[in-house]
Amino acid sequence: MATLGICDSANLNGGQKLAVKYFTVAIVLLGAQVLFGLLAGLQYLYPDFLYGVLDFSVNRMVHINALVVWLLYGFLGSVYWLLEDESQHEVVGLKLGNLIFWVLTAAVTVVVLVYLLVQVGPGTESTIWLINEGREYIEAPRWADIGIVVSVLVVFYNVAATFNKGRYTGIAGVLVLDMLALFGIYLAGVFYTTNISIDQYWWWWVIHLWVEATWEVMVACIMAYGLMKVLGVRRKIVETWLYIEVALMFGSGILGLGHHYFWIGTPEYWFSIGGFFSALEPIPLVAMVVHAVFDAGARHAKNSNHPTMAWLIAHAFGNFFGAGVWGFMHTLPQINLYTHGTQWSASHGHLAFFGAYATIVIAMFYLAVQKWRGDVWMSGELPGNGWKWKWSLGLLNLGMVGMTVSMLVSGYVQSQIERAIEGSSWIGYFAAQSHHWFAQGMWWRELFGVMFALGFVLLVWDLMTIGRGEKRTMVPAESEA
Amino acid sequence: MATNQWWASESFWRKTAIWVTGGSMVVLMLLTMDTLSQISVGTTRVPAYSVINHRIEYKFDEQRRVQVPVIGVKEPLFGKELNEEEAEALVKLGKLTTQAKNCMNCHTLLGNGAYYAPDLTKAWLDQYWGTKEVREVQMVEFIKDPSDKLHNSVGRRMPKLGITDEEARGVVAFLKWMSSIDTNGFPYNFKSIEQEN
Repeated sequence: MATLGICDSANLNGGQKLAVKYFTVAIVLLGAQVLFGLLAGLQYLYPDFLYGVLDFSVNRMVHINALVVWLLYGFLGSVYWLLEDESQHEVVGLKLGNLIFWVLTAAVTVVVLVYLLVQVGPGTESTIWLINEGREYIEAPRWADIGIVVSVLVVFYNVAATFNKGRYTGIAGVLVLDMLALFGIYLAGVFYTTNISIDQYWWWWVIHLWVEATWEVMVACIMAYGLMKVLGVRRKIVETWLYIEVALMFGSGILGLGHHYFWIGTPEYWFSIGGFFSALEPIPLVAMVVHAVFDAGARHAKNSNHPTMAWLIAHAFGNFFGAGVWGFMHTLPQINLYTHGTQWSASHGHLAFFGAYATIVIAMFYLAVQKWRGDVWMSGELPGNGWKWKWSLGLLNLGMVGMTVSMLVSGYVQSQIERAIEGSSWIGYFAAQSHHWFAQGMWWRELFGVMFALGFVLLVWDLMTIGRGEKRTMVPAESEA
Repeated sequence: MATNQWWASESFWRKTAIWVTGGSMVVLMLLTMDTLSQISVGTTRVPAYSVINHRIEYKFDEQRRVQVPVIGVKEPLFGKELNEEEAEALVKLGKLTTQAKNCMNCHTLLGNGAYYAPDLTKAWLDQYWGTKEVREVQMVEFIKDPSDKLHNSVGRRMPKLGITDEEARGVVAFLKWMSSIDTNGFPYNFKSIEQEN
């Protein structure tokens, strides 16, 4: 069956055929994210660039929406990828799953076109229904919200029903409950209220309980599957670790939500609750590093897919530093008073989303390409010593770390001058923005952004070519008894 | 082998995960119910929309050791006192306009949003608007067409977003109302416009 070295869908099971569609759109959207990020970054340097045509607000909205959607596509793709493997059963509603993929993709396309071409509307509820909800990260208009909810319900049905008919593993149990929570929480963001405190209260339920709770558990599931696949780690071990991670993540992350409730009108008890629990949030991320690195080390890093393994390790460290360390740095209210809503947040956001989520989805891309090409060899001694995946790994990670550090430098200036000294007034804001240290940070950010973009181009090139014409087959990771 | 120890067993951690998650959710639900009751409109933390009929100040509170909003004498917005319903309608128009014009992808509101333009939490009290006599007119004019107005030395300008006169008034009402929300001292050290007579 396996045709070695060429992408042949006969190499994939039903769920995996659908998964590669999700992955393809995910990569396109990642490209859009990078492009619009570069445009927005350039506007910090040349404010008249595209002024009145594609304003910063539009570029920035597309930048962060592409982020959310490409990662969701990456997760849905990953779930479909592992579904038949885990359940040992065919996806029950594959046709419906395919239909929903196209519906969702068409909806995303329309939303983005409206963002770019219509941009804004009058101050009425119809704008919120049709054009733009104007709430950061969940700007998608209400009609699209309904589409998203229906689509994800179908995916959820497919996943839950397939596991029910097949094998219900530990990973399956966590995944099903996590998806239910992930999709349910989205509903907390689907309403309008004039009271901005209540608006932001529920808005954070969506944003925080996604990225600091349910998404983390989602990637923990993917990590568990990935380690079994490429290293051959015993199921009992990855599943025990998975439960530990779930306990620590939800134990710290759910009430850690409180660190968004310091300054939006909410009562003062959130200082202690949010400060305490969010300070614990790095602990599960340390556990994941230990887990991944120990498992790799115990097998002398002998694995069946070097790029995937490298990106899994990048994920473990990126998650710990980006989400854990960078988040912890400004999570206590005494510090957050000065850093809230400055370039600190941007710095943290970049390293966290990349380190925690982009990395592991990229790891799945490589896993998918390997099987798509007929389980080809992807360990050592690749043609050209695998320079493309290694260079793209290096450029993407260095580019991201460079952007993060640049924005942190600007963030220091901003929190000092604007927040501490000038008190967040208009004058204070621009006193910080015009400071040469701040401006330098923005320049370095753009340069490292270009480096990141080069890494992205190389990544796409590599994904299209790695394993092409390869004659050696993969040596599966030796499963332990 | 170590896996025989209870603390390393799968079932122990599965149960722990379930109980910790469930327990955290229950606590979050209870806190949410309490918080929502404390931040609904018309409470001390989040005043009624008719607060726009009054002067709003941001003063240091000796007890809490932070600045807090203080609702002062009658000072109706645009010189016209509104009843509760009218005030809510105007603030609602303003809030809808801030969403429809995507303000949050340049500005921060209550510190949340993007970082390309100033925070709007206390924009109503900002010294940038000159004196309190010209503030309302200045704000409305600026919001309607900022493209040719003085901004800053870095060359960043707010674009003209097609905001009508009525929408601009709504936005000003929304900003005035927002400045009355008790944000636990955020932003710190803010210097307000002179409002004493």
